[in-house]
Amino acid sequence: MKNYFSVFSLAFFICVSPVLANEWSGNVSLEVRKFSEQGISSSQKKQYGSISVQPEWFHDWDDGKQSLTFVPFYRWDQHDDERTYSDIRELSWLKVFDESELRVGFRKVFWGVSESQHLVDIINQSDLVEGIDGEEKLGQPMINYALINDWGTVDLFVLPYFRERTFPGINGRLRSALNVDTNNPIYESDDKEKHVDYAARWSHSLGDWDIGLSYFDGTSRAPSFTTAVDSNGITTLRPVYNLLQQTGLDLQATLDAWLWKVEVVNRKIKGEHYNAATLGFEYSFYGVFDSSSDLGLVLEYLYDDRDKKASTPFEDDVMTGLRLTMNDENDTSMLVGVIADRDDSSRLYSVEASRRIGESYKLTAEARIFEGFTDSANPLYSLRKDDFVELELAYYF
Amino acid sequence: MKGIILLSGLIAFTGAAYAETAEEKGLAIAVEADKRDQGWGDQATVMKMTLRNSQGAESTREIRGKTLEVDGDGDKSLTIFDTPRDVKGTAFLSFTHTLKADEQWLYLPALKRVKRISSSNKSGPFMGSEFAYEDISSQEVAKYKYKFIKEDKYNGRDVFVLEQYPQYKKSGYTKQIAWIDKEMYQPLKIEFYDRKRSLLKTLTQHEYKKHLDKYWRPARLEMVNHQTGKSTTLLWKSYKFKNGFRERDFDRNSLKRAK
Repeated sequence: MKNYFSVFSLAFFICVSPVLANEWSGNVSLEVRKFSEQGISSSQKKQYGSISVQPEWFHDWDDGKQSLTFVPFYRWDQHDDERTYSDIRELSWLKVFDESELRVGFRKVFWGVSESQHLVDIINQSDLVEGIDGEEKLGQPMINYALINDWGTVDLFVLPYFRERTFPGINGRLRSALNVDTNNPIYESDDKEKHVDYAARWSHSLGDWDIGLSYFDGTSRAPSFTTAVDSNGITTLRPVYNLLQQTGLDLQATLDAWLWKVEVVNRKIKGEHYNAATLGFEYSFYGVFDSSSDLGLVLEYLYDDRDKKASTPFEDDVMTGLRLTMNDENDTSMLVGVIADRDDSSRLYSVEASRRIGESYKLTAEARIFEGFTDSANPLYSLRKDDFVELELAYYF
Repeated sequence: MKGIILLSGLIAFTGAAYAETAEEKGLAIAVEADKRDQGWGDQATVMKMTLRNSQGAESTREIRGKTLEVDGDGDKSLTIFDTPRDVKGTAFLSFTHTLKADEQWLYLPALKRVKRISSSNKSGPFMGSEFAYEDISSQEVAKYKYKFIKEDKYNGRDVFVLEQYPQYKKSGYTKQIAWIDKEMYQPLKIEFYDRKRSLLKTLTQHEYKKHLDKYWRPARLEMVNHQTGKSTTLLWKSYKFKNGFRERDFDRNSLKRAK
């Protein structure tokens, strides 16, 4: 895949560079992650430094009706080899027609409304070395044709190539007890990563209601695992990528200061059907503490009908969060939350805060605390010693 | 807005028969201002916003805007942020309505996420500035009740002085006093009074130019907050009319490709 990328980007530059004026932006960021204690393995460290670069090149012509976007990404990590990597986040061509839009290339697509987890969102693979919330994504090769009608937008996707999930390496933190052998994935499809996936989504806005109905047929982005002994005689986890059919619904009602949110999926994988859902709301208090700050209260219920057999830790959990938006000139904001299991004592606390410094810098702080993960069957059990604080300073150009 | 035009005709006609009340005269001026500013169709603007805190430290934002005039309702607008660099590509889509809640979506380019957001925070600051969302959203006659105060001179120009009282929910103001230029029927100055009825902000509009031989637009706005000492300057680098925008340029898909 890495060679594939570099050939692709080289070809792209040979074709494009001499003809068009370059229009670059992007960011460079410095990151430090500090863990509160020694991890589950002696190969892990307590402090990790990292640098990432994400430039963006954009060019449009034809009165804005056509454009090219190129967003490569590179990260270097002090200790974790799997976190020193590059990706093409985006390399795509867009053509806008009167009642439709065509997009071809590597892209990221987001579906959904909820905050605690993203069930409906399925087009892109999660870039798990970036963060455990799975919100960072790998670029997905696709052809996407959007038909825009009075009765809503229909997006059709052909996804000709599968991207494997990234996992932290043997020296990395926030990983499973056994190392994931990303070089030896197992696919249900004989076409392996070349299996062509299809997806479709209808989305519409009706007054206070925003609705999306989606269907996906292809290789599951989330793998299951099987233990295996690698060529060095070490027991590892081999990711297993099964075929999946997913029907999804996302719905938001925006009623004054209330945002009511629903995400429901029905998944068929390995001959079994199951349902999962996120239901909740966000309510905002405006101008709190006699200031221009807004305080949002987020409450979401996370459900999976496979219960304890679920591959997710969030099968019967409640997320409670507070979002503070200061509306100041530095865009200062903070989200503090906890996801609590209703059946045991496990609690995942998280804090995310950010503010701009001057005109071009942004400081982001993130912390996670894993409390009460004593059940070894919990998928997050291996993270029980991984409480951490992360500071990131990014320069935007 | 057609209903309002009819109403204005009625007021002009009956006005001759008996003495107008201050409320009727205030409404008539607002209706005339609205009538004179109809039919511009669409506009594309490039703006620079400078925020100043009470110590005088400045920060800037560069914004591009597209607006589509909607007959009989509030306008549709798409706002794209170019700077600060960390929010580059963030886009804001707004369908304004006269009295029912506006519809608003925000596009977050890092997550590629279109978020429907609540529009009930009318009095909240726009991009950390001294302009509230309600100050920059489309001004419709039915949003206020009016009262004519007096005719006066402001900076050497003849003006009407009006009081306007917000009729939409969640306004941060109890009252606004507007100095309306008699020739342009555009405000030269507006004072904003907060929920405690004390003076909160003063807006002055400068360097008016006539576009398409009919529509007056200011090139500079100055908003001063008297309670915090902060201020914001909004500078228009360009206005472009007759862009041929359609509804399609203001749908949720347009947010995702607003660069």
